[in-house]
Amino acid sequence: MLLSTSANRLTKTGLKATALATTLAANLLSTGLAHAASDGETQLKAASLSATCAACHGTDGNGAAGSAVSGLSNLTAEYIKTNMIWFKTGQRPGTIMHQLSKGYTDEQIEIIANHLGKKD
Amino acid sequence: MQRREFLQGSALAATLLGGMPLSATAKSAKGKVVVIGGGYGGATAAKYIRLLSKNNVDVTLVEPNSSFVSCPMSNLVVGGVRQISEITVPYSGLSKNHGVKVVKDYVESINVDKRTVKLKSGKTLPYDKLVLSPGIDMMMDKIEGLVAANSTGANIQAWKAGPDTVALRKQLEAMPDGGTFVISIPLAPYRCPPGPYERASMVANYFKQHKPKSKVLILDANADVISKGKLFKTVWENQYKSILEYRPNMKVVGVDGATKTVKFEFEEAIKGDVLNILPDMRAGKLAVESGIANLNGRWADVDYQTFESKIAPNVHVIGDSIQVAPLMPKSGHMANSHAKVTAAAIVAKLSGWEPNATPLLNNTCYSYINSTDVIHVASVHAYNAEKKTFLTVEGSGGVSAAPSELEGQYAWSWAQNIWADSLA
Repeated sequence: MLLSTSANRLTKTGLKATALATTLAANLLSTGLAHAASDGETQLKAASLSATCAACHGTDGNGAAGSAVSGLSNLTAEYIKTNMIWFKTGQRPGTIMHQLSKGYTDEQIEIIANHLGKKD
Repeated sequence: MQRREFLQGSALAATLLGGMPLSATAKSAKGKVVVIGGGYGGATAAKYIRLLSKNNVDVTLVEPNSSFVSCPMSNLVVGGVRQISEITVPYSGLSKNHGVKVVKDYVESINVDKRTVKLKSGKTLPYDKLVLSPGIDMMMDKIEGLVAANSTGANIQAWKAGPDTVALRKQLEAMPDGGTFVISIPLAPYRCPPGPYERASMVANYFKQHKPKSKVLILDANADVISKGKLFKTVWENQYKSILEYRPNMKVVGVDGATKTVKFEFEEAIKGDVLNILPDMRAGKLAVESGIANLNGRWADVDYQTFESKIAPNVHVIGDSIQVAPLMPKSGHMANSHAKVTAAAIVAKLSGWEPNATPLLNNTCYSYINSTDVIHVASVHAYNAEKKTFLTVEGSGGVSAAPSELEGQYAWSWAQNIWADSLA
């Protein structure tokens, strides 16, 4: 759902209101009307969920230089996701992550991986 | 602004939006937040409100100390393994990197109705939301003679890291070989459940290497070791058998500073050489004096979804001052976790959104058992909307299998990362 982005487009490029409304309607139809959380709201939830990793792995996954605990922002979303699942299932051993990973649902892991993983 | 232009710009869009909640259209958070206390809770809240609001919310942090001194890792200073400078972090990162206004002052009072905070310097700060993270207060008067013993230095608390930590280290260094270090532990809940056991271990480690005829005596008011019990007891048996003695169910009722004597309700008094008598603890002074610590005048009752006080609207209480949810420790890491849930809830509210219905917290707590080896306890806590509390996620969490040097490396890295996460 891109309400605020659409509004941005309006002010920045002077797109006609009707064009915007069309985009809006299309977005509303595609995401459904039941829960119309804005981008900002979804982003805030993803950021605060991902922040639970930050005490050990650094803010936004940027670990301190020379840290024995790996940073996350230099790893791909796929790598983070796969390894969290492996910690959960015991396929990857750990000192602590096999215990912490079990506190997260697969859906939460997906959100975190996408939020913190390396951006191209 | 965008929302207004947008609504004016298109009748059709306005119609569409008419059926939608405000949440879908709110653009950016606006408002003023005052944070009281720059510990793991307050510093993190200040930073994350700025981060999560994309610097749109104005944040002022009121903290009397000029720099942050970490309680976690402070037992390494007590044990002579690290210097106080290594566990000290300036507040300048919060202002330089995040635009937090850091005010070095004390808060005298909070006016919940007018939403203002009065500072000792005479200034008044208005707020839309207040974050109260005042840490703990030692209930000195619960132990006879403790106030006097503290004032002469016959007893040292060092349960708030800083000059006390260094003073305790100096006393241990000055103590002749053959002396006894006495640490007493109050009934739970208190700040940092494994902290006293870690401290006892680190002092025993120092004695073992430098003063082998000396003793460490742990007097615990609790019936057993409160945290990492099996691990600590195994370490004491294997590494410090001739040095360290643990006595449960020993509730200290008095201290005589002049003779360094510790008194109990029933048992015979004990003399020590270096005393570290820890009394019962409660929420930080401001929370108690303002009445916000409303449960027995000791801890603050909060709505766990947002950490808003149950009696003071727009006041969010975090860290050691709150009445904890089941199995939630009073730890620095937990305060950092509280702060992030609170920051997100405040930013959501100031954006016109509902706060997250399913917030999550975690805790990681490392304890050193000598200068290199470490044990941990970890947990994940999910908000349960039905029970309106945080519950540990089934199957998650646990403790170390055994002490290890690898966890020693992780522990020090944890410290570097959480200090940066809270303050840089």
